[in-house]
Amino acid sequence: MDKNISFTLKVWRQKGPKDKGHFDTFQMKDIPGDTSFLEMMDILNEQLVNEGKEPVVFDHDCREGICGMCSMYINGHPHGPATGATTCQIYIRRFNDGDTITVEPWRSAGFPVIRDLMVDRGAYDKIMQAGGYVSINTGGIPDANAIPIPKPVADEAMDAAACIGCGACVAACKNGSAMLFVSAKVSQLALLPQGKVEAARRAKAMLSKMDELGFGNCTNTRACEAECPKCVSISNIARLNREFIAAKLKD
Amino acid sequence: MWLSNSSIGRKVVMSVTGIALILFLTFHMAMNLVALFSGDAYNMICAFLGANWYALVACVGLAALFVIHIIYAFWLTMQNRAARGSERYAVNAKPKNVEWASQNMLVLGIIVIAGLALHFANFWYKMQFAEIIGVHDLGAFGPTDGAAYIQETFACPVFTVLYLIWLAALWFHLTHGFWSALQTLGWSNKIWFERWKTIGNIYSTLVILGFAAVVVVFFVKSLACGGAC
Repeated sequence: MDKNISFTLKVWRQKGPKDKGHFDTFQMKDIPGDTSFLEMMDILNEQLVNEGKEPVVFDHDCREGICGMCSMYINGHPHGPATGATTCQIYIRRFNDGDTITVEPWRSAGFPVIRDLMVDRGAYDKIMQAGGYVSINTGGIPDANAIPIPKPVADEAMDAAACIGCGACVAACKNGSAMLFVSAKVSQLALLPQGKVEAARRAKAMLSKMDELGFGNCTNTRACEAECPKCVSISNIARLNREFIAAKLKD
Repeated sequence: MWLSNSSIGRKVVMSVTGIALILFLTFHMAMNLVALFSGDAYNMICAFLGANWYALVACVGLAALFVIHIIYAFWLTMQNRAARGSERYAVNAKPKNVEWASQNMLVLGIIVIAGLALHFANFWYKMQFAEIIGVHDLGAFGPTDGAAYIQETFACPVFTVLYLIWLAALWFHLTHGFWSALQTLGWSNKIWFERWKTIGNIYSTLVILGFAAVVVVFFVKSLACGGAC
């Protein structure tokens, strides 16, 4: 059994996109170490509801690290201090008794705050709609061995496809750039024979959508890959650059 | 034009001008090293470059590279700050693996420009500029007597320290710039990333050591002969 700890929680509160926003401070008492971060937020909200106050609004869905909905900037890190884990996979045992834990929403012009810790990540959907798909009619399920794909290539594509689109890369980037996300989505298709056909068009369309939506320019600081809960590599960004430059030179 | 209206295009401009400037630094450093061995040989290079047409053409090209690199740097930084939004994080933590230089390239660049201004006043104004306008007595020595100017400048401890600070800032700028340029051009993956990083670190260290050697050697020489030479 983990120990119970008590700590101070500073949470960003913002009534709406136009509201100024401020921090609220709460004292959390005797929280068991094996409570997940989101469960701790549930405990807080239950207290607030019982006291007749407004609960803290935050995004969450699967609570097992695959949906990409939870999005808290905890103590200066998107998804908190752990590597390769989402907010819902962080446990209170990571923190110490008496700590002050600061929770903020993703801050980026591309992800406006809706309320408290919830931001609008619709921009990612728009980037996907711009070209993050294969536009051929595949018919019935083909035999898996009909098109042989070398194992290293399949692995690379799978690693890129691990991106859950949570937006931690944008939240971590000092430039608010979405390059890690866009490059993962371009790579997961460009590496495979079915996706190669439209690779040039896809890279151009998704990148120009990203620029249009006000995300920043990548300056290769590598903060994104360090904070990515799925450890997506910046080698994908090099691939996107390659695809894009080749496509533009061909035009 | 994709080099100005797409984010990757703008980065390609930074990357290509940056690589060209690294090559320029390499040549400049190689010429400086000559001064360590023979002042006369160094002055021959000064005379050879001077205000000859090929040197002027190259200078205009070089100035264009600098200007484009600097304008794009400010432009990209402005866009990036806008993309970050108006609200800043209350708590910031630098993830491990993130180089300090990579997050401070603009500041380092500004230090490099400041050093460049000093460098122009110390050398370029009295040498090439003097030849261009045809007034040969802007400095204490003739416009092609580069070796004398090196001796004069680095006999002064203040200039020596300022130049070393300038070179240190340039080293940080280059260590990030080198691999970053190749990453932007797409010539990188999990294996090449490590290779470029190592090559970049070694290369920038050699270039900066070459520059610093001239500064330090001439400073020590001036101490050795009590500032008399």
